[in-house]
Amino acid sequence: MKKVQFTSKYSQYFFLAPQLLILLIFLYWPIVQTFRDAFTMQDAFGFGSQFAGFDNFLFIFSDPSYLTAFKFTLIYSFVITLITGSMGLLLAVQANGIMHGKNAYKTLLIWPYAIAPAVVGVMANYFFSERYGLLYSLFNNLWGFNWYEDVFDAYIYVIIAGSWKQISANFIFFLAGLQAIQKTVIEASIIDCKSNMRRFWTITFPLLMPTTFFLIIINITYAFFDTFGIIDTTTIGAPGSETKTLVYKAYIDGFRGLDLGSAGAQSIMMMLIVLVITIFQFRYIEGKIHYN
Amino acid sequence: MIRNFSTAINHLILAIGLLVMIIPVWIIFASSTHTSLFINTNGLQFFLGDNFLENYSRVLYKKAGFFNEITALKMFLNSFIMATGIATLSVVTSLMAAYALVYFQIKYASFFFWLIFITLLVPLELRIMPSYLVMSKLGLVNSYIGLILPISASAIATFFFRQFYKSIPEELLEAAKLDGTGSWKFFIDFLIPLSKTMIAAVFIFMFVFGYNQYLWPLIMTTTEQYWTVVMGLKTMYGSISDRFAFVIMSMVPPIIIIVFLQRWFIQGIFQNK
Repeated sequence: MKKVQFTSKYSQYFFLAPQLLILLIFLYWPIVQTFRDAFTMQDAFGFGSQFAGFDNFLFIFSDPSYLTAFKFTLIYSFVITLITGSMGLLLAVQANGIMHGKNAYKTLLIWPYAIAPAVVGVMANYFFSERYGLLYSLFNNLWGFNWYEDVFDAYIYVIIAGSWKQISANFIFFLAGLQAIQKTVIEASIIDCKSNMRRFWTITFPLLMPTTFFLIIINITYAFFDTFGIIDTTTIGAPGSETKTLVYKAYIDGFRGLDLGSAGAQSIMMMLIVLVITIFQFRYIEGKIHYN
Repeated sequence: MIRNFSTAINHLILAIGLLVMIIPVWIIFASSTHTSLFINTNGLQFFLGDNFLENYSRVLYKKAGFFNEITALKMFLNSFIMATGIATLSVVTSLMAAYALVYFQIKYASFFFWLIFITLLVPLELRIMPSYLVMSKLGLVNSYIGLILPISASAIATFFFRQFYKSIPEELLEAAKLDGTGSWKFFIDFLIPLSKTMIAAVFIFMFVFGYNQYLWPLIMTTTEQYWTVVMGLKTMYGSISDRFAFVIMSMVPPIIIIVFLQRWFIQGIFQNK
């Protein structure tokens, strides 16, 4: 906060009011409702409900399909973070290494960032359909790829669809991070260390740590939430429900299955996960990284 | 010599990256310029056909959807109304809220701070069902207000503006106060002009965010009159070349915005993280 500030009786509340009003009605009200749902049990016909304590939570943890979604979400966010992060870094290092044309590459690689995940999913759908799919027939010839039946193949499908556009965001952030490193540091390191590879891993990469950790969080959040549009336009959870993310499952159970208690409990579990990631980000990462 | 060689490798890897990005979109685009009959017999195409104008104008003006009640043109209009509404509302409310948080002495300041920023932990996807029920209680299902307000209930823009205000030197306010400038005048005459780049960046960010919404319009619209482009993609029926053309058209607005306004966008969002 600023050291010098305005003091006023009402002005500050006037400035706060519009946002707070929207947040209270359209965010806090539904959240309170989510908590209420999570701790109540509704009867099958929707006539009445009663306080259920932690029953909904016990239920989701004894539900094998929830654990499947949990496992898939972890694998999915890990693999997407790894692929998009390393591809983005690889491309950013190349773009930073050339003298001319950096900005041209930036323009040529930034646009996939703008495409909606659902649109990417619809597009991926054509490449992986049995009828038209170029990638489907290519992989099918190689190892009998069939995502309609094989879980591993379905993973490959949603991982490719999910990673494609996110490489762009990683590239842009890594390039910005690389450009922010001071020239003198790099020049000094060239004198000490001749090997490009070693210099990158011992000097440049540690200096990129803030960007790297920031991107890890961005990618995990993307894989958790934004991939909803991708799953819903590609596998819809197929072969069985092995490619449902936690968010997708909560939506299906709540909106299609009308099981508000279970959906509420699942939402609260997700909030806890996000909370843990955020605390981790603030406590652990912010404290342990060297900023230049 | 070695220098040239390593530059060539750099360009080679970048070119491969570019191809991975461009080829899928190109194939869909090239296929969208053929007739459906041709696609159905010959599969996806790499080379352009002759039906570009015919296919695209048909998709724009033809009624589609489950009940053939909406044209793609109307979906674009809906998407623009939704995205503009979300961007405008977020920018205005966040600019004001961040101003109050940074520049005012507020009683229980940390309470208000947390009340706003803890909402970053709860994306719309986590409160989708209760949000729908709230909207239907308020009678806002199938309305632009219903599409706009819950998406605008986000603190991400407030976060960006707060970061930006904090980077403005203290001396600005000190000088203004010495001159006897009040809080309103300071906000309108000093802070808003200073924040222009940031306002543009947040507007672009929220516009694309709003345009790309998928789940919320899917839930909030039961009549086709309110369908948006991104949600309509999956549900719109038509021949295969119609669908290809619609996929390509749906990406055009956000791509144009990001590519042409990237300077502002990158300055504002990426360098302020």
